[in-house]
Amino acid sequence: MNFSQIAQLLVLGMAPLGAGSYALCRAKARPERFGGAKFHSPSWYYGWYGFLWAFLPPLLLAVASWILRLAGLRPAPDWVLMALAMGLGLAGLVYAHRSVNPELRARNSVEGVIHWTLRMSSVLSILITVGIVSSVLFEALQFFSQVSLWEFLTGTAWSPGTAFLGAAGRETEGVAKPLFGSVPLFAGTFLITAISLLVAVPIGLFAAIFLSEYASLPMRRIFKPALEILAGIPSVVYGFFAAITVSPWVVNTAQALGVRADYTNALSPGLVMGVMIIPFVSSLSDDVLNAVPMSMREGSYALGATTSETIRRVLLPAALPGIVAAVLLAFSRAVGETMIVVMAAGLRPNLTWNPLEGVTTVTVRIVDALVGDQAFDSLETLSAFGLGLVLLVFTLILNVISAYIIRRFRQKYE
Amino acid sequence: MSIITETAKKRLGSRRRAEKRFKLYSRLAILVAISFLIFFLYDMIRTGYPAFTQAELLVEVSYSEESMEIGQLAVDEEMERLVSRGFLRIIPMRMQADPALLGVTRDEWVLAVAEVDQYLKGKPNRLREDERETVQRLQDEGRVKMAFNTGFFVNGDSKLPEMAGVWAALVGSAYVLLLTLAFSFPVGVLTAVYLEEFAPDNRLTQIVEVNINNLAAIPSILYGLLGLAIFINFFHVPRSSALVGGLTLALMTMPVIIISTRAALRSVPGSIREAAYGIGATPWQVVWHHTLPLALPGVLTGTIIGLARAIGESAPLLIIGMMAYIPDAPHGVTEAATALPAQIYTWSTDSQRAFTERTAAAIVVLLAVLLSMNALAIYMRNKYERKW
Repeated sequence: MNFSQIAQLLVLGMAPLGAGSYALCRAKARPERFGGAKFHSPSWYYGWYGFLWAFLPPLLLAVASWILRLAGLRPAPDWVLMALAMGLGLAGLVYAHRSVNPELRARNSVEGVIHWTLRMSSVLSILITVGIVSSVLFEALQFFSQVSLWEFLTGTAWSPGTAFLGAAGRETEGVAKPLFGSVPLFAGTFLITAISLLVAVPIGLFAAIFLSEYASLPMRRIFKPALEILAGIPSVVYGFFAAITVSPWVVNTAQALGVRADYTNALSPGLVMGVMIIPFVSSLSDDVLNAVPMSMREGSYALGATTSETIRRVLLPAALPGIVAAVLLAFSRAVGETMIVVMAAGLRPNLTWNPLEGVTTVTVRIVDALVGDQAFDSLETLSAFGLGLVLLVFTLILNVISAYIIRRFRQKYE
Repeated sequence: MSIITETAKKRLGSRRRAEKRFKLYSRLAILVAISFLIFFLYDMIRTGYPAFTQAELLVEVSYSEESMEIGQLAVDEEMERLVSRGFLRIIPMRMQADPALLGVTRDEWVLAVAEVDQYLKGKPNRLREDERETVQRLQDEGRVKMAFNTGFFVNGDSKLPEMAGVWAALVGSAYVLLLTLAFSFPVGVLTAVYLEEFAPDNRLTQIVEVNINNLAAIPSILYGLLGLAIFINFFHVPRSSALVGGLTLALMTMPVIIISTRAALRSVPGSIREAAYGIGATPWQVVWHHTLPLALPGVLTGTIIGLARAIGESAPLLIIGMMAYIPDAPHGVTEAATALPAQIYTWSTDSQRAFTERTAAAIVVLLAVLLSMNALAIYMRNKYERKW
């Protein structure tokens, strides 16, 4: 069965059947029909018992047949399967209805099913991770079977442009060999990320200090959500802003200073991305500053220190692990950011430290490789998964480290 | 004699100045961030605002035999280049639908071509000198007006800037939003209930917890790779469809819903659970009748915030092909569709200048949608959340 057939079966067949089963079984579970005997569970549990017996067997059959179909197997024609599913449901209904009697522990059965559902859904989140890791890993392995990992990690030229010829079996036609040296992409990513951290860390940290140490309560109530808005603005909007407003401004300023700047320079996406991640630095830093016990502040004041001395000499060292974790989170966020760089950074792999030149990043190349008309198994498409794997591993490491630091920090002061 | 020496006074002075400087820095930081926000919003509205009005021309349209064949012949040759091709194209269809039009010649307000619109708004345009004179003359005769741009809200995408609108993208976004909600809300809430109320404290539970926190921090573009490799290539969900978009964004939203639901469940005091157990409720009855209803405002607030983030997301949509050219609103979840952020991206890459203001206008629409979702979340939190 395919997806729409299952949906039809669900809405037209199984849902009415289940509802009918619920009504029948619940109606039967009345003491007067059993000579006034007391039922084990409240009557609606018998209703749900009936519903589950009529609903779950056809559902399991449908899912099983769907999985078989994905695996390329079709055990029987669709209409047979559908009829079988409805037959199973009907049989379940009859069985459930016949077994309704005062001794039946309907509540235990129904809650058992609920427990299993809960357990299954929490396991699903592991499946998602497994899905992400395996989908990226599997395609990336295919890529690395054709391009050596060493060349990928140390090569300084990225020009996958002719990879499609290889896929078409025409790699010997005298065109340049496709090159997959990712160093310029990572250099570009880190250049833009470094610019954004240069913006976000000082502003975010000082903003957090202001919010937690200087601001009055009403000011805090206004400014804290206002800062959070910055993180809520979609990145495609920031990208447009970077490309339309900031880039021309950077180019004009550079010109006025007598320096040449590319229209797609690294500075404008870096600046805009820096603003975007300010809230990541500020709200976590604000939290950790607030978590530093009041007694430490009071001890410092009692020795005659000013507010700023207290902050610099007592609070910041105490909150340092948390602040480091906040910066790491902002860092991982900036590395994985896509739309701003797609719209405002260039496509040209460029190994440079000059922020006024165009550079390209890992995420830009992933998008570029997958948005074109390449066949799915072409080397260029696969290269996107290779880059994705590196991105995944990198951000995971950053997240694990920052989560570890935060946990240690909490233990220290709680 | 004062006990404060000269050096101590000096030192005190410099310490006070340092204090002032430090305070100034922290004020400056917040000021910079907030003024960026204000400037940014102002810039978007300033760029997008003109797109909400559109030039229309009062043109003599003659519904003749020839224009039934070729729509361009319905207007003056001089006007032909100033009137939107989108209007001329539908003249034959109009005449077929209404035969009484044949032979009628009348003045009609007609959509102008985007270049005329840009010229009238004082923006760079590619009108020739003689065309500018014609527009000027029409303006003097009162045959030009700036009308509210209804087309922007009811049309789909178009290659002609003056005909392009956000309706198809809005419908696509609505489909994606509903699917995301349908997939992520039940699973997310059930997972959170399990972890918070039922799960034994064992290795598996710890793995699930670490895992969920990691999922929340994975870059969104990787969810796009997952959607492409698993949903499209393995499960054969139609590419570019709202279905694959909804599935992908649901995976992205689920950690947010799980985390906020757990926080909401944790804030329900234990005494309520104990009271329910005390009168003989089963664990599930405690959750279903007491804990979950009491936590519901927090759950819904978190869900809305997660959905607002999903609705503004575009990187995974590019990967799974939801930036296709969609002139008509999709009629189902398996048809090719686009979403508002993807539409913004497509327009922003268009070389025609007239699309710039439309992009900004679409951004204003997107920000309005996000703002109202967040406002709803804040309202619900303030109204229904109970402090115990």
